[in-house]
Amino acid sequence: MAEYNKKAENDHTKAELHNHGEEYFREKHLMLDPLPRGQMNEMVMESMHTTSWKFWAVFAVLSAIVAYGLVYTWAKMIVEGLGIAGVNRPAYWGVFLVNTVFWIGISHAGTFISAILRVFKAEFRRPFTRAAELMTTFGLVQAGFSIFMHLGRVWLFYWLMPYPNERMLWPNMHSPLTWDLLAITTYLLSSTMYLFLPLIPDLAMARDRSTGWRKTFYKTLALGFRGTEGEWTHLRNAMNIFAFAIIPVMFSVHTIVSWDFAAATRPGWNSTIFGPYFVVGALHSGMGAVIMVLAVVRGTMKNMKYFIRPEHFEAIGKLMLIISMTWAYFFFNDYMVQWYGGDKWTHQLLHFHEAGPLGWMWFAMLIFNVAIPWAVLWNRRWRSTPWIAFIVGLLINVGMWFERYIIIPVSLSINRMPFTWRLYEPGVEIPLGIGTLAFFILLYMAASRLIPLVPVWEVQEGQMAHALKKYGRETVVTVSELE
Amino acid sequence: MATLADLKISEVKLSEEHVGKWGMVIDQDMCTGCQACVAACAMENNLSFVGEEDSGYGRSMHWIRIERFWEGEYPEVKMTPNQPMMCQQCGSAPCEPVCPAFATVHSQAEQLNLQVYNRCVGTRYCANNCPYQVRSFNWRDYERPEPLPNQLNPDVTVRRRGVMEKCTFCIQRIHKAQDKAKSEGREVADGEFTTACAQACPASAITFGRVDDPDSLVSQLARVHGHGVKHLEELGTLPNVTYFKGG
Repeated sequence: MAEYNKKAENDHTKAELHNHGEEYFREKHLMLDPLPRGQMNEMVMESMHTTSWKFWAVFAVLSAIVAYGLVYTWAKMIVEGLGIAGVNRPAYWGVFLVNTVFWIGISHAGTFISAILRVFKAEFRRPFTRAAELMTTFGLVQAGFSIFMHLGRVWLFYWLMPYPNERMLWPNMHSPLTWDLLAITTYLLSSTMYLFLPLIPDLAMARDRSTGWRKTFYKTLALGFRGTEGEWTHLRNAMNIFAFAIIPVMFSVHTIVSWDFAAATRPGWNSTIFGPYFVVGALHSGMGAVIMVLAVVRGTMKNMKYFIRPEHFEAIGKLMLIISMTWAYFFFNDYMVQWYGGDKWTHQLLHFHEAGPLGWMWFAMLIFNVAIPWAVLWNRRWRSTPWIAFIVGLLINVGMWFERYIIIPVSLSINRMPFTWRLYEPGVEIPLGIGTLAFFILLYMAASRLIPLVPVWEVQEGQMAHALKKYGRETVVTVSELE
Repeated sequence: MATLADLKISEVKLSEEHVGKWGMVIDQDMCTGCQACVAACAMENNLSFVGEEDSGYGRSMHWIRIERFWEGEYPEVKMTPNQPMMCQQCGSAPCEPVCPAFATVHSQAEQLNLQVYNRCVGTRYCANNCPYQVRSFNWRDYERPEPLPNQLNPDVTVRRRGVMEKCTFCIQRIHKAQDKAKSEGREVADGEFTTACAQACPASAITFGRVDDPDSLVSQLARVHGHGVKHLEELGTLPNVTYFKGG
C-alpha cells in the first residue's frame, strides 16, 4: 500500500493529459479504485483495532495534561476566583474568549466540508466527512469549556438558560451572549445528530464484525439498522434535511459570536463587517485544522493511505487558498473602512495593533493567514504533499489564534479612558488552553479507535457510481447519479 | 398611507432633552486629588482591600478614582486638573442591554443603573461595554482581617468573588432619606443627604442632588458655570455627571 501511494504522489503532478491507462486513474482517485466491500470493511475495522505503544504513550501524556491543565487548574480557579488568570481592567475578556472563538472556528470546518460538499455533491468529500464532523462536535465541547471557564461564577451557568423557575427570572434576550449560548447549543445538538446519522450504517457494519463489549457498544448505537430499503430511504431523507438545515445554523453561530464584539460600543469592535469576516475566519482556521487531522490520520492510522490520498489534500488545499483570499479581502475591508472613518480612538487602536508591544503578532497574523498560504497553496505538488499541507494548516491556525487575540485582549487594552490603559498578560489561561487542546486530541484519539473514522458506505456508494470505460484506446471516467 | 404626522416625530425625545433624576456636578478646578472621596466610598460601600499586587495589575477595587493626566514632555510637564471618575449613571447605559442575566438593570424610580450582585454570573460583558471603564470585578475573595469586619456598613451587601460591582450613587443613603421623608410626610429636601464621596470632599468639588429640580444646588451650579461637560456624550449614553474645569 505504501509504495502504491508513493507512486500515486509522483504521478499526480505529471502533466500528461492523454492516453492514461486504467492504472493511472485507479492510483489517482479513490472513487476509481474500488476494492471488494468485505475487504474494505475489514480494512476499516482493522484501523480501529490497531493501537501501538506510541498511541498509548501519547494517550497517557494527553490524559496527564488534561488532568493538570483542565481538571486541577479549573478546580483551583473555581475555588480561588478568576484572580489566578490574567484578566484585568480593561482587558476583562482574555484568552478564555480567544479560545472560545478559536474552537468555534475549528468546529466550522466540519460542517462546511461535510454539509456544503454533500449538498453540492463534491465526490472528493466521501472518505473524510466523518473526520471533519468529529472536529465540529469535539471543538464545540472545548468552546463550551472555554466560555464556562471565563464565567466569574460558573456554578450558576444555568441562569443563562431560559428554564422555567418559580421566580419568573429569564435571561436577557437583548444580550448577544444569550443569543450566543442559544446558537452554540443549537449547533452542538444539531451537529451531533448530523454526525450520528451517517454513522448508523457504519456502526451496523462494525456490529456485524465485532465480538465482546464492542459488539454491545455498536449494537446499542446502531439502533438495529439492518440496511433495508425503507431504512435507507429514511436515513437519506434525514441526512438531506440536516445537511441543508445545518448550513444556516453554521453561518448564524459564528455571526452571533462576532456580534458579541460588533454589538459593543468599543473602538475596533463596533464593525458592521464582523459577521462575514468571522465566518470566513472560522472556515480559514477550520480548514487548516481539517487538513492537519487528515495528515495525522493518514500518517498514523493503519490502512488510511488507501482512503486519504494526495487528491484530497489537493482539493482541500484549493479550498484553503480561496478561503485565505476571502479572509484577506474581509480583513482589508474592515481595516480600511475603519482607518478612513477618522475616529481618534480607532486610529489609536489601529496604531497600537501594528506598532504596539504586540505588533509582531499583527504581522505574524498576516504572514500566517495570507502570505504563506498564498505562497504555498498555488502549487499543486506542494498542496498535495501531506506534510506541507500540515504545516500550512498549523500556521493558519496559529495566525487565526493571533487574530482573535488581537481582536480581544489587545483591542481591549485601549479604550476611551486613557487612564485605564493597561496590557494584559495571560495567567492560568495558558494551562487551561493547553488542557482544552489536549482534551480535543484525546477525544479524537478515543473516537478514532471506537467509531469508523471513514464512512465506508459513502466511499462504497461513490465507487459504485464511478466507472472506467474504454472507448477505443481512450480510458474515460463515467459517473452516474445514485441518489 | 402613513404621513409624517403619523410617525409622531414630536414625541421622540431628543437626547439633549433628557433629564435624569439624581445627578452630580464635579468642579475639577476645586479638586486637589486628595483621594478622600476614594477612601470614603470604600468605607461606605464595603469595598474589598485588593492589595498592592493586584492593584498594580489593574484590579483595583474603587468605585471612584482620581484620574491624573499631564501634558507635554519632561521637564516641561504641565498637570491638567484632576478628574474624579465614577459610574456616570447613564440614562441610556451601554452596560445594561448586554448582560445576559439581567444583573445590571435600570431603575425607573431612581433613574440609576443598578447592579444586582446575587444575579451576576460574571460574564464581565457590562465592564467591556462601559465606555467610562468604571466597573470593578471581584477577581478573588479578598481578605478582610479582624477588626476590619466591624467597620462594614450594614446597609450594603458584601460581595464575593466572581461578581461585578460599581458606584451606586450611594443608593442606600437615597433610600434612607426617602424613607425618613416619607415617614414625616414630606419630600426629600435638597442637601438633606449626600453621597459618601461628596460628603468627604474637603474642597466641595463634588455636589450631589436632583438634576430635575431647577432650584437644587446641582442645577444652580450647572447654570452658574454654564460650560459643563458630560464625558463621551457623543456616544449617546446620557450621563448624569457634569464636569467643570478651567473657569
